[in-house]
Amino acid sequence: MRSTFKGLLGLAIACTASSAWSATLDNVKKNGVLTCGTNSATAGFSLPDNEGKWTGFVVDYCRAVAAAVLGNAQKVKFIPLTPKDRFTALQSGEIDILAHNATWTSSRDTSLGILFAGTYFYDGQGFMVRKADNIASAKGLEGASICVTQGTTTELNLADYFRSQSIKYTTVGFADEEAVVKAYEEGRCDVLSADTSTLNASRLRMAKPDDSIVLPELISKEPLGPAVRQGDDQWFNVAKWTLYVMVASEEYGVTSKNVDAMKSSDNPSIRRLLGLEGSIGKDIGLGDDWPVEVIKQVGNYGEVFDRNVGKDSPLKMERGMNALWNKGGVQYAPPIR
Amino acid sequence: MSDLSLPAPSRRSLSLHDTKVRGVFYQLLLAGCLLALALGIGMQTASNMRVRGIPLSLDFWGEAAGFDINQTLIPYDALSTYGQAFWVGVVNTLYVSFLAILLATLLGFVIGVARLSPNWIVSKVATAYVELVRNVPLLLQLLFWYNAVLKPLPSPKASIAIPGGIYLNNRGLIIPEIHLHPGAGLVGLAFVAAISCCVAFWFRARSVQRRTGKQLPVLLVSLATLIGFPLVVFLAAGEPVSFVAPQLRGFNFQGGHQLYPEFAALLIGLSVYTGSYIAEIVRSGIQAVPKGQSEAAYALGLAPGKTLRLVVVPQALRIIIPPLTSQYLNLIKNSSLAVFIGYPDLVQIFAGTVLNQTGAAVQVMAITLSVYLVISLATSLAMNACNRHFAIVER
Amino acid sequence: MSDQSMHSPVVSSALIPAMAPPADVWPGPVTWMKKNLFSTPSSGALTICFILLAVWLLQHFLSFAIFNAVWSGGRDSCRANGEGACWPFIAEKFDYLRYGAYPVSERWRVDLAEALAAILIVWFLWTKAPRRKVAALLFFLVYPVAAFVLVRGVAFLNLPVIDTTLWGGLLITLLMSIVGIVFSLPIGVILALGRRSELPFVKAVCVTFIEVVRGVPFITVLFMANFMMPLFVPDYLTPDRLLRPLIAIALFSSAYMAEVVRAGLQAIPKSQYEAANALGISYFSMMRLIVLPQALTIVIPSIVSTFIGLFKDTTLVAIVGIADFLRAVETARVDPSWAGPTISSTGYLFAGLVYWGFCFGMSRYSQSMERQLARGHKS
Repeated sequence: MRSTFKGLLGLAIACTASSAWSATLDNVKKNGVLTCGTNSATAGFSLPDNEGKWTGFVVDYCRAVAAAVLGNAQKVKFIPLTPKDRFTALQSGEIDILAHNATWTSSRDTSLGILFAGTYFYDGQGFMVRKADNIASAKGLEGASICVTQGTTTELNLADYFRSQSIKYTTVGFADEEAVVKAYEEGRCDVLSADTSTLNASRLRMAKPDDSIVLPELISKEPLGPAVRQGDDQWFNVAKWTLYVMVASEEYGVTSKNVDAMKSSDNPSIRRLLGLEGSIGKDIGLGDDWPVEVIKQVGNYGEVFDRNVGKDSPLKMERGMNALWNKGGVQYAPPIR
Repeated sequence: MSDLSLPAPSRRSLSLHDTKVRGVFYQLLLAGCLLALALGIGMQTASNMRVRGIPLSLDFWGEAAGFDINQTLIPYDALSTYGQAFWVGVVNTLYVSFLAILLATLLGFVIGVARLSPNWIVSKVATAYVELVRNVPLLLQLLFWYNAVLKPLPSPKASIAIPGGIYLNNRGLIIPEIHLHPGAGLVGLAFVAAISCCVAFWFRARSVQRRTGKQLPVLLVSLATLIGFPLVVFLAAGEPVSFVAPQLRGFNFQGGHQLYPEFAALLIGLSVYTGSYIAEIVRSGIQAVPKGQSEAAYALGLAPGKTLRLVVVPQALRIIIPPLTSQYLNLIKNSSLAVFIGYPDLVQIFAGTVLNQTGAAVQVMAITLSVYLVISLATSLAMNACNRHFAIVER
Repeated sequence: MSDQSMHSPVVSSALIPAMAPPADVWPGPVTWMKKNLFSTPSSGALTICFILLAVWLLQHFLSFAIFNAVWSGGRDSCRANGEGACWPFIAEKFDYLRYGAYPVSERWRVDLAEALAAILIVWFLWTKAPRRKVAALLFFLVYPVAAFVLVRGVAFLNLPVIDTTLWGGLLITLLMSIVGIVFSLPIGVILALGRRSELPFVKAVCVTFIEVVRGVPFITVLFMANFMMPLFVPDYLTPDRLLRPLIAIALFSSAYMAEVVRAGLQAIPKSQYEAANALGISYFSMMRLIVLPQALTIVIPSIVSTFIGLFKDTTLVAIVGIADFLRAVETARVDPSWAGPTISSTGYLFAGLVYWGFCFGMSRYSQSMERQLARGHKS
């Protein structure tokens, strides 16, 4: 018994003695694995198959970060999180990075102890209703029951929107995204409300996807992005610039297939992007060729988009706002120099 | 009694002093360890929270919550504060727990008595119920009630209509709304008056029975007063209370009170599950009352029902109440499983949405745990008082 | 009354012929029914009501689970049948419900670990088996290590390491229960002894722990263990994400176990302690050799019910995203490719049968132990 006590004492002293903060980047390098919090099951964004292999848009972002930091896109441990739990898990240190369909808002940036590192998907909140109900606009939703996921901006936008339109409605909220879709499908609600990307993904989970339509209204701006803990600027930079490198490489036409050939390019922007000139690696605390690893193992932004949610995927989403800035969208990477 | 387990001062050791010193030493060691542990955890948490910019205060309490809750017993809307959301959660937890405790107790007593019924089939059916329900996890039962029983009910347009303007569909049970017109207060007053008359009559009947042994028809008179008097006033005042039947408009019925399926599933699940435990407690409690007691009652000519009510159950209660208390506590804690089926209880609202939006994880969890501890403590105290009441009857 | 009888001798010289057994002993079906089913008019009415109820329930259950169920075929035959269970759904999902995402080629390791547990448990619980103490030692000390090595794997034994995020289904449920059972009893005994300790501070600590744990919902503790732990302790002291709920469940049930053990301790007569003290036996020897063996035997039924409660509580780990058996059933249920009218009910029926089988088995064992012990006291 006394040895137990000694152990406890030792533990307690260790607690007090240890520095409260260790750099996430060093930790990830030391552990050799990146712990990434993702959606538990949103087709196209983050979905495990029966063998436990994860695929999706935000999953690929995590893999890109792992490729940048560890040189291996497979060294990621995915922790599925419900929207309700995701920020708690991030702020406590349970995960290294949150790659969720999480909306970047001012209050989340300032009051949750987390920082959004950019926007990997521009989205807006929409409504899905049954065709049979003959609803053409969100204005016709008086008295409807609306299924939402707890802990999302969806919940808040709904309250705002319907209050401003003076429409009465009832929310039915669940913690689990799958439960929300199932509840809508089984008729517990008249309306399913979420980001349109999620609504489209939800269709893939439905037995009769064609019975539902998405209403034209988008009631909010939903910039979805990765988030990291506050107080670790280096890690924040890693998260931010991994995303920008993916966007920039699409802009310069660097893809997973031609990245090696591109090394012989004499375009200074491409040479800086690939770490052949300048010091993109050293300043951030990574190897010089980390962008090459990201592009080679995961691909550029366009490849990742097309593969998971775009034209090569069952979701078939348009690039829309997520096209590059020079192609009519708003995806824009600051210069790498 | 409390020091049964301890060795008396050992005569083998040098002196009495020695054991005591050793005891003090062990305790100081333990206290030191726990203190160091608490300090360590406290400092680690505080510094982590500071470095990561996690809110340390309760400032969020007065801020607007911004989200809606579908079932509230106290006024609440999206403009209300997080503090009000907290109270909605507390009240919802208490509400469903209270109703479930009532139902579970009723069910438990009926099943427990049925298990001891001389009627073979009745006791076997009761046994089957207990063995079935007790051996399946509560969460599975809740999911079953919600997903396999209540959700597959027809949609509002195909609602099951129950006579009396009541409708049942997958949005819940919708009952007519009570509309009060001027003069409704009179009916209320009449009802209160009727209740006080009944109580007075009951006291009188008791004293008459004590003095003369004669029994007055309490139940009959009470029923007649309770229904008759308010009815007469109701008619005399020109029917000031009306029931407005819900109307199917748009997506669902408008008007009327709605009992949500999430609430119903939780209520049914908790009552059925805890009821099976209470049934076992009641059965063993009744079995612990010596058979001579009921035989003596029969010998005195008491009917089986009265024997049970007047002789056996009051004695069994003394054995029943302590384990019953822990079942009540379990039920209250189990009401937190509401999270899985979307009923807005304390855990879902406060430790869910509020925590998510404010990021004040430590404070919110501390408050949530404290609320459950306080509820548990209060329930224990109430049940202990109840236990004392029954114990005093023993003269 | 004849004269003869008055003059006959008091003591009979002949044996009295054996009488026919009284009518009550084997009453025959009619008498039995009269006595047990139709003793009074109201009892008769109840009988008829309950028979109708039982028949109605059984008929619905059987027609759903057996007669109207789909036994073969695929998704379409299930979708077409809105009356009965869809067993091909369970058949297809069975491996997932059993192992989660555990790699197919390595699943024999799980089977082996579970078979070992089953053998040890049967050996230990079967009262007539030889050397039950060896079984207990193996189960409580050797087995946890062996199972860990087998299921998780160690590289140098040529068993690839399987990350715990891939574990799922019944594997997790059984793992949680076994770990909970192995650890909750010893911790519970320590807590119970602490609660009855004469040392006021030790006592206060134990009472606080027991009462706080028994006063808060398990899911809130799980939430804190799996989403907030790194906030309280440094990284290197935070265990694996699957391990934390295991610790939580063990600690949680140990508080309940402590109360059970305390009841047993209270039932031991004071003379036992006094006798031990008089013989000069030390506190720990007295507890180990005299008090605890008796106390624990008395409360075996309550210990088993705590185990049953623990087994059922493992379902709550779903709140932290761990794919236990029930959660696996939920995931399978919402698979759109199987969507059909009776998929949910089938899933829940199957889950119910599995949980019921385990719990009912445990409770039957404890009842038989109770009877055996009761006999032991009488003789």
